[in-house]
Amino acid sequence: MQQTNKLTPFFENLNFERDDNVMVINFGPQHPSAHGQLRLILELNGEQVVKATPDIGYLHRGIEKMAENMTYNEFLPTTDRLDYIASTSNNYAYALAVEKLLDIEAPRRAQVIRTMLLELNRIISHLFFVATHALDVGAMSVFLYAFREREYAMDLMEDYCGARLTHSAVRIGGVPLDLPDNWLTNLAIFCDKLDHEVVHTYGALLNENRIWKMRLEDVGVISAEDALSWGCTGPMLRGSNVNWDIRKEEPYELYSELDFDIPTSDRCDSYGRFMMYMEEMKQSTRILRQLIPMYKGTNPQLMAHAPQYISAPKEEIMTQNYALMQHFVLVTQGMRPPKGEVYVPTESPKGELGFYIKSEGEPYAYRLKCRAPSFFHTGLLQKLLIGTYLADVVTIIGTTNIVFGEVDR
Amino acid sequence: MRKYTPKDNVQGKSYYTDRYWVAPRIPRSKVEEGTHFEVVVDALGELSKESYVEIGQLIIHIDPKTNLETLTILKETCGYTQCSEQSAVDYLAKDGEFELFYQLLNITEALRVRVVCRIKDGEAIESVNSLYKSALFAEREVFDMFGIKINNHPFLKRILMPDDWEGHPLLKTYPMIGDEFASWYEVDKIFGKEYRDVIGPENRDQSRIERYDTKRFSRVGYEVPFNADISEGEKENPIEYSETVLVNYNKNSSKQLDERR
Repeated sequence: MQQTNKLTPFFENLNFERDDNVMVINFGPQHPSAHGQLRLILELNGEQVVKATPDIGYLHRGIEKMAENMTYNEFLPTTDRLDYIASTSNNYAYALAVEKLLDIEAPRRAQVIRTMLLELNRIISHLFFVATHALDVGAMSVFLYAFREREYAMDLMEDYCGARLTHSAVRIGGVPLDLPDNWLTNLAIFCDKLDHEVVHTYGALLNENRIWKMRLEDVGVISAEDALSWGCTGPMLRGSNVNWDIRKEEPYELYSELDFDIPTSDRCDSYGRFMMYMEEMKQSTRILRQLIPMYKGTNPQLMAHAPQYISAPKEEIMTQNYALMQHFVLVTQGMRPPKGEVYVPTESPKGELGFYIKSEGEPYAYRLKCRAPSFFHTGLLQKLLIGTYLADVVTIIGTTNIVFGEVDR
Repeated sequence: MRKYTPKDNVQGKSYYTDRYWVAPRIPRSKVEEGTHFEVVVDALGELSKESYVEIGQLIIHIDPKTNLETLTILKETCGYTQCSEQSAVDYLAKDGEFELFYQLLNITEALRVRVVCRIKDGEAIESVNSLYKSALFAEREVFDMFGIKINNHPFLKRILMPDDWEGHPLLKTYPMIGDEFASWYEVDKIFGKEYRDVIGPENRDQSRIERYDTKRFSRVGYEVPFNADISEGEKENPIEYSETVLVNYNKNSSKQLDERR
């Protein structure tokens, strides 16, 4: 059936037929250290990169288009597929944007649970970063140790919501479930374990490791001005000595009540960013420890009371006629937020994850734009890779911590 | 009678809306005196056509021709050093216009401003990549998704869709399941248009069953050799699939396609 002339084999990865003797290398889209579907067209002079052109879109699923064709609640599980390493961050960013649009606030217990889940997701994501980054650079054993702790964190997520990767653990207006028995005890044990491992395993293996430092130090240097101009956020921006964390500056949920530090690095290179990720994990466990006593004594209400937008709790739906009617309308037609537009930024593990929602008063968003941090960090590769050596390309891709679910959307 | 569906907006719609229902609007407040936002509005002067605060963020409406000028003032004098996001909203059906917005961030004041402008269909807008390098990627996405031309962009090329794609997916006229071009894209590209009849339309029905297909599906617990016939003389029952996801363009006249070829 297949015509041979249309799919004849050819050596697409190398092209020597150039006047200026620049070698063009096609890096990806199926390269193991491309962190997904990144295709980089690298022009090399010897081993030095002269020009880098990131080519993305291999994982484009039209999530923004889907948002225009789904009601607000229907779309929430789709946000899992953005940054699939830390799904709850996406769920939460979206839910928060819709809540701002509706002008509702989640009850206290839901806020505590949400903040816990967000920080747990930050740890999961950062562990994944340390593991894969080390693996890319060549430190195999760190990958195994970091994935072991990540497994414990994912077990906690699984205990809470039943899923390990696509959590959908946050709802618009609150959270669907209360914490299971012993969850807080397990969380405290996990925090102790992680704190120990960060210092005594990953830290001991990497922090002062000669090879690790040689591969990371002064690689991928980006100045504060450039980082701002290229739209870098999160660890990429703080790694360039800009003290900017949305959790501190524009606090949401319980972050204004919590005591934590924002690590920054003035090294501006990959090693500085790596050290910051390690420090951020310690800060996350510090936040989680503060949240555990906050949970006790909260009112058991989990979803905000806003009958126009949010269904009543299950017991009410099953016993009260009016709650059932509301629920029926909300399920079949969807909630109708007021007309208006909102942009809500949140600090996801990778950077500023924001949702812009334009509502025309319909149950379907008129336009939803997901501001994904990795998208802009991929754009930065055009600048960051120039002048570096081919071996450092992998380090730099690793240090930007891009996830293609949210680059391509 | 067939149900009327507007051609200029084929996106999801509510199946029922109360005829007396009027959507409320999120309150917009004036820019308060003595705030940082007032300084911003004063600095822009005539450039700002309308300005108000909505959900804690300043929104400034400007003329699309002055976008670069406005953003230069915002960056140089007001300290909006980062352009977090820029994109467009399709209002072609209602007003024949696109709404473009630039989401700016001031990290010293921790405040955000959204600069909004409207351009007519077919008009181009000046690139802002000289001010914000993040625009290099963001503007390519605007071009890819909406077909809005950006002047003076160094590399205005499709970013998420393939280079040889036809149509702009985020337009309201572009259906969610894709158009005719999209449904035959791989077939046309790999095998050629003449193979459309051989391969047939893609069936995206989630309840699709291919019982006797042992090429692409394995049966757990009842493994058979690759491509073995397991029908045992049973005749295949035609299954009716949902028409909403299965569109056979070959059945109907293919005017749209003939024009393109």
